[in-house]
Amino acid sequence: MLTVGPPMFAPPTAADNAWKGTSVRAIAREGYDSPGVTAAAPARTIASMGHGHDHDGDDHGDDHDDDHSELGEMDVRVRALETLLTEKGYIDPAALDELIETYETKIGPRNGARVVAKAWVDPEFADWLRRDATAAIASLGYTGRQGEHMVAVEQTDSTHNMVVCTLCSCYPWPVLGLPPTWYKSAPYRSRVVRDPHGVLADFGVSLPDGTDVRVWDSTAEIRYLVIPQRPSGTDGWSEERLAELVTRDSMIGVGLPLDPAQLEASAS
Amino acid sequence: MSDTARYVSHADLGGTAAPGRVEPEPEDLRFHHDWERRVLGLNLAAGGLGTWNIDMSRRVRETLPDYADLSYYEIWLSSLERGLVERGLVSDEEVAVGHSIDEPVRPVRVLAADAVAGMLASGRSTEREPAGPARFAAGDRVRTRAGHVDHHTRLPGFAAGHVGVVERVHGAHVFPDTNAHGLGEQPQWLYTVVFDATDLWPDGAPGHRVSVDAWEPYLEPAS
Repeated sequence: MLTVGPPMFAPPTAADNAWKGTSVRAIAREGYDSPGVTAAAPARTIASMGHGHDHDGDDHGDDHDDDHSELGEMDVRVRALETLLTEKGYIDPAALDELIETYETKIGPRNGARVVAKAWVDPEFADWLRRDATAAIASLGYTGRQGEHMVAVEQTDSTHNMVVCTLCSCYPWPVLGLPPTWYKSAPYRSRVVRDPHGVLADFGVSLPDGTDVRVWDSTAEIRYLVIPQRPSGTDGWSEERLAELVTRDSMIGVGLPLDPAQLEASAS
Repeated sequence: MSDTARYVSHADLGGTAAPGRVEPEPEDLRFHHDWERRVLGLNLAAGGLGTWNIDMSRRVRETLPDYADLSYYEIWLSSLERGLVERGLVSDEEVAVGHSIDEPVRPVRVLAADAVAGMLASGRSTEREPAGPARFAAGDRVRTRAGHVDHHTRLPGFAAGHVGVVERVHGAHVFPDTNAHGLGEQPQWLYTVVFDATDLWPDGAPGHRVSVDAWEPYLEPAS
């Protein structure tokens, strides 16, 4: 019934092995490995290297200085497409504004923080999350696009979980919002499956010796939410207050939740 | 098969040695440039036209020749332009000039502002009625397909040709390998398959495991 591709389990050929070892990987790496690539690339590409992959040491957000003409070019190109699609009657510009506003102001990692905080105080909810995360999360009002099939994975003393999409940028939008740039970047996607401790070090996190690591690659439409461990010293805290301890990065597995002292320091 | 006929994804990065640190960023930073906002909106709104599916979008993105040189929102913009042209909704010339020249395609389903919240909240489940019973159960040892396939697929290269253990059965889901090419949803059973890093890489460490979600055609029984 499948109608594409060669037999799935044909013995590997020399060409297959060559592919596995080199060509696709080499092509995927080319832009990152070869400083010379920028010299021959179009103007749009040259400046994109600076802000796109964040591997040149620039701080995020302050790359507006690097090439005004290039930024202008992207603005113009996007505006041109928006104009074209509006003239065609394919899009309603007001819908665009609504979509953007939704992901800037309504859907973000505070949603996930509320899920985690509820799991910390409510054992029945925590158990529901284990059995049917989609339904449990929906009970708090977080449903829909890029969160249709949710799985919650719990951090324990023995196992630390991390989530990635090595093939693109799959991410649980209803609970975490849009993915941060690093989540979509080549360094994260390439390294986290093979060198999770090295990636954690980039986030300033080191795990106790002997902690197992489990990396979940989101290759299908299942979306993963990491449930970090409740910090000590929070007995009797309300859900709202607990949610303030839950960072976005702790729900991807590249960070840990704040402890009470860190929360106090961040608030002052 | 000639090289030119090959389907090549530039997005299969897992386990490769892309250099550079991972650069953390604050939670409240949603966009780095204003145009990225519009690209997000354009992608979601045009996706609402309903003439292509998410697997087609991924196919177009991962085959962009300059994928490795582009930021993620640049990938989204380029692939949206290409996808619109591929589906015959606009022409290359119209994209170049930024204005409509030809008659628009009708009918199309246009996403209205007051339909946005409902569209986002309902999402699009990929689970379907299975055509038959699942071949594997939790605990089964399976070997993943080895080698290149000449179409879009969602089995990452690092997990190809390795033995892992089925951990969870997710029901039957739309099969991206066909859906991406307009060949139908052909739902297949989907499994979480977990591998020991020691089986994936020569320098894999004990106590390190990696899982992928794999459709049944990617798997065969392993003893």
